[in-house]
Amino acid sequence: MDFSALNPVSLMVSLMIAATPILLAAIGELVVEKSGVLNLGVEGMMIIGAIAGFAISVETGNPWVGMLAAMVAGAVLALIFGFMTQYLMSNQVATGLALTLFGLGMAALLGQSYGGMKPPRTPRLDIPVLSDLPVVGPILFSHDVMIYMSIALVAGVWYFLNRTRGGLVLRAVGENHDAAHSLGYNVVMIRLAAIAFGGACAGLGGAYLSLVRVPQWTEGMTAGAGWIALAIVVFASWKPWRLILGAYLFGGVTILQLNLQAMGIGISAAYLSMTPYLITIIVMVIISADRRRASMNAPASLGRNFHASH
Amino acid sequence: MKFTKTLAAATALALGLGGAAIAQTKAGFIYVGPPTDFGWSYEHDQGRLAVEEAFGDMVETSFVASVPEGADAERVMTQMALGGADIIFSTSFGYMDPTLNVAAKFPNVKFEHATGYKRADNVSTYSARFYEGRHVIGLIAGRMTETNTVGYIASFPIPEVVRGINAAYLAAKSVNPDVQFKVVWVYTWFDPGKEADAANALIEQGADVIMQHTDSPAAMTIAEEKGIFAFGQASDMMQFGPNARLSSIIDNWAPYYIARVQAVMDGTWESMDTWDGIKPGMVGIGEFSDKIPADVQAEAQAAVDAIVAGTLHPFTGPINKQDGSVWLAAGETADDGTLAGMNFYVEGIEGELPN
Repeated sequence: MDFSALNPVSLMVSLMIAATPILLAAIGELVVEKSGVLNLGVEGMMIIGAIAGFAISVETGNPWVGMLAAMVAGAVLALIFGFMTQYLMSNQVATGLALTLFGLGMAALLGQSYGGMKPPRTPRLDIPVLSDLPVVGPILFSHDVMIYMSIALVAGVWYFLNRTRGGLVLRAVGENHDAAHSLGYNVVMIRLAAIAFGGACAGLGGAYLSLVRVPQWTEGMTAGAGWIALAIVVFASWKPWRLILGAYLFGGVTILQLNLQAMGIGISAAYLSMTPYLITIIVMVIISADRRRASMNAPASLGRNFHASH
Repeated sequence: MKFTKTLAAATALALGLGGAAIAQTKAGFIYVGPPTDFGWSYEHDQGRLAVEEAFGDMVETSFVASVPEGADAERVMTQMALGGADIIFSTSFGYMDPTLNVAAKFPNVKFEHATGYKRADNVSTYSARFYEGRHVIGLIAGRMTETNTVGYIASFPIPEVVRGINAAYLAAKSVNPDVQFKVVWVYTWFDPGKEADAANALIEQGADVIMQHTDSPAAMTIAEEKGIFAFGQASDMMQFGPNARLSSIIDNWAPYYIARVQAVMDGTWESMDTWDGIKPGMVGIGEFSDKIPADVQAEAQAAVDAIVAGTLHPFTGPINKQDGSVWLAAGETADDGTLAGMNFYVEGIEGELPN
């Protein structure tokens, strides 16, 4: 087999593009889950972000305004979830699923007149000189701005969670909301803020999909990316840096298997195309095998509703 | 109001009055993707709209979109039948068994299943000879590729898709002996992200012309961005690739849908198998781009004319199977039975056909 046809540089570039929507959505969900809330509506918030970002970009001709709109739209949708679960005490799993269904339907409705349009181009950040370097140039210094932002966001979340007082409070709320409450922290407000942040990130991930990765709007275009993002949060055992690993691994295997198919490698396409999911499952099994460690990483109050009177 | 009408229809059905009710004819459609996919489901929906246009108030149509193949499809069709539908069009290959199951429960409702091969007294099948269109775009691809590499985004390894790959390859090979096809199976009909990734992978592997057998225009968008060529699939897709699009295979279901709904209204509906191609207009070839040199355009047009005249069959021997065994002797043309069940690559295509 001639593997020289596999260009590692272009593979790397492609996998980053494929992984970024998932990474963005996952970093948001990580913060939400760290605060003790399980929001299964990632897919719904992503698709709302995809259409909001696309529509506003087309209307204003400015992709940045579109991305901002996508974040707002994702956050607004997330706050519906937040209101229901934090004030009305609805079941988080059921509400999250409903949010996905609602988001998909709502996006289809909003997007009716946007099919077949072209969004404005998102500028690339070709860093002068550096981007002309061989190998390193295309991999590190020649992406669209969003890829850098997604990595910066992960770094920011890591810093916030581990090095700031706010992050400590957020984690405390996620580990033991009763204790946090008794210390005088406003559990509901902190969770709402986390939920809104998660929605904004998912919305941004959706906008990346409709503005950069595919550049077009088609109904249902997220096609399950939100669920992969949810899986990757568990995969990363709620640690921000591992999220990049998980998302790039998933994106990488996806891209690699398509390239291997295109090269005509003698492995059945059926096996190749299931590898991304297979590898995700295998890693999850490995992580969950040590039950004690797995449960130590999961926020202790994850998915539990909080009411001050309890 | 609508609810009471549905209720009345359902009651009428339950009482065994069936289609004898004075109410209008009801036609239901189920799609595998959204009607706004600008590809496969879009064209079926255009057919549905043509039915509404043709019959006005005499026909009421409804559709359910993005229905997964399998048990969900059965539920949706059952609901349509209970809602008083007289004829139901199930428009994806994977709806085959669900359609048969529901049809067995509602003998008075007519079913039309697209691209399948199982029929019953109240189940017809219909499909288009897309391979005729594949032949034409295959010719163009063979002439237009400079890297001698054509990328092909395939969905599922079913006869329909395999036939398309073979037809396109044979045509391309006939005008360009050095041409090579790279096939990527994505195992989905509709996933724009994955289709875009597949297009990128093919381009990285040297393809400069891309064909697809999936439903969204994602690959066309990528081709436009990367400055290579592609073909519209199921729908024209011009707006997604004004520079990239060379031509297209356009599905035109409208005449068939109108005829079948008419047959239900007249009481002349019978179970049958329809497989129409370019000549009756079920397969349309989109306008040739001016990027195609005049002589290549003429060649492609000649192929279209010959297919219409019946003098050209895209599968005319000598053709060997991939393993080198003889499939068609010189001058022999493929019979519909073999085409309908095609599960092998022809000689020259590299890679293994998944099963």
